[in-house]
Amino acid sequence: MKKLQSSLTNMILVLTIVTLVAGGILAWVNSVTAPQIEQINADNLKKGIRKVMGADNIQVSQPEVKDEYEFYTVTDATGYQLGTAVTTATLGFGGKLKVLVGFNPEGTILGYTILDSSETPGLGTKASTWFQKGQKGNVIGKNPGQCNLTVSKDGGDIDAITASTITSRAFLKAIQQAYDELRARHASQTETTCIQSAEDNKKGGSAL
Amino acid sequence: MNNNLKILTNGILKDNPTFVLLLGMCPTLGTTSSAVNGLSMGIATMFVLIMSNFIISCIKNLIPDKVRIPAYIVIIASLVTLLQMLMQAYLPAIYNTLGLFIPLIVVNCIILGRAEAFAAKNGPWASILDGVGIGLGFSGALTLLGIVREILGTGAVFHSDDFGLSGIPLQGESYGMLVFVLAPGAFLVLGYLIALFNKLILKNNK
Amino acid sequence: MDYTLNLFLIIITAIFVNNIVLAQFLGICPFLGVSKKTDTASGMGMAVTAVLVVATLVTYIIQKYVLDAFDLGYLQTIVFILVIASLVQMIEIILKHSMPALYQALGVFLPLITTNCCILGVTILVIQKDYDLLQGLVYSTATALGFWLAMVIFAGMREQLAMTDTPRAMRGTPLALITAGLLAMAFMGFSGVDTGLRIMLGL
Repeated sequence: MKKLQSSLTNMILVLTIVTLVAGGILAWVNSVTAPQIEQINADNLKKGIRKVMGADNIQVSQPEVKDEYEFYTVTDATGYQLGTAVTTATLGFGGKLKVLVGFNPEGTILGYTILDSSETPGLGTKASTWFQKGQKGNVIGKNPGQCNLTVSKDGGDIDAITASTITSRAFLKAIQQAYDELRARHASQTETTCIQSAEDNKKGGSAL
Repeated sequence: MNNNLKILTNGILKDNPTFVLLLGMCPTLGTTSSAVNGLSMGIATMFVLIMSNFIISCIKNLIPDKVRIPAYIVIIASLVTLLQMLMQAYLPAIYNTLGLFIPLIVVNCIILGRAEAFAAKNGPWASILDGVGIGLGFSGALTLLGIVREILGTGAVFHSDDFGLSGIPLQGESYGMLVFVLAPGAFLVLGYLIALFNKLILKNNK
Repeated sequence: MDYTLNLFLIIITAIFVNNIVLAQFLGICPFLGVSKKTDTASGMGMAVTAVLVVATLVTYIIQKYVLDAFDLGYLQTIVFILVIASLVQMIEIILKHSMPALYQALGVFLPLITTNCCILGVTILVIQKDYDLLQGLVYSTATALGFWLAMVIFAGMREQLAMTDTPRAMRGTPLALITAGLLAMAFMGFSGVDTGLRIMLGL
């Protein structure tokens, strides 16, 4: 086949056709993959919530969004309130560190999972296992209102990941601020319905 | 047949895109903090390279010379977008890890370079082989760089949370030479690897 | 007030802490390719700065008013690279006709810039980081200045190195990469400065 000449019509025609075909294919693939992507994101979140609440058979409320935080109230199949899962984010070593953490109604940490991080592979990424139950930096079962959730270097109760103090600090800060935000939110919610009980909550300290 | 084999091996050794041609340095340095990440990036690039080589060699006569570069760019960019959508849908974890470097495959000089230097002059079959060869050379180099950096930096290799691989530990738990996984380590390790490659070639040529 | 401080923080972070070449690995090709002499390195830095700022402005407007408005986000990569390629051509033509002196200085670098991944990378990052237009422009300018700075320092080091006697296998790229590694290590000294500033400024 002979090569097409570089005449103006040919050039415009070819470029237009190439762009249209490319655009068309992309639009089609997008329509196929878009629902799949949404599905995966939803699934991941649901899986994450199940993991951090430590329960399989759960019902999750619609997210309540405030600033960077998203709150999911979680109940079991019978409607009994298990607690709240909160997404929270801080700045880690390489960028944003996004964590999903589950609290029971008293504010004790039930579990956590890392949703998004750009930490150093092999070191900072250890955060996904380091702070789990039975590991060196265990935070599960601790209540940020009663424990000092900072690394031992800063006088806290938690051992930092070896060679990744910055990531550890960022992670613990994320959990602490999720807890604070949850309490503040709870206090303000009760305030609108019953001022007296909100006062009690503040005095009571750990009640959530 | 011999010729085909030569096209394939050229890309891996004689024209190795990383160690000899020194192309595509950004992803080479940016995504090799671990062996698995380097390998994933290599495979992603290889996919785009093979497809673009194939498509361009098929339609090369339909594209007037003067607009060939913009036309190639559109084709490559579409392939990259395609890859982006597929990875997001089916491999979301690794998509998040590689992040910005996926769309940046568009400006990887290897791909446009091979389109210009090979696919525009050869048939579809040879172009696919060239894509496979260069792609393997690139993936191999990225994986090697990733392996060296991961071992020196963390004392383990082939660890990946995205794929749930716990990795092969070679050193104790507390081992860590952070600098090799961070930016400076990428430059240093690649520098020494290229020097080593040069040394071997110099020796062979004597 | 907080907004202004934030802009200041963006500038410091982009130039020193997250230097585009030495920490983010974007724009490595020109960094290694045209850094043998300080004046060409500086010329490249200038050209990148000019193109990057204009490209950020144009791609930002297209993203907000075309791609987002018509729900065409998936065309981002393809649209951005085409915009950048045509912008570079346009800048080249305009410079040639109206500012021949500047064209003399920058002309040779312009064609190389289309495939410079730091342009496409930064324009995408501006969208990903959810900056508004002013923040985006400040960010891209600072990033380009960071590129320029790294280029000039690196070229200065290479000029000195060219005069030393080194093993044959190390000559050229290997030595350049190792030098870049040491420079990157020096820039690592800035890590944490952004967090410190954030606390100091009370953000």
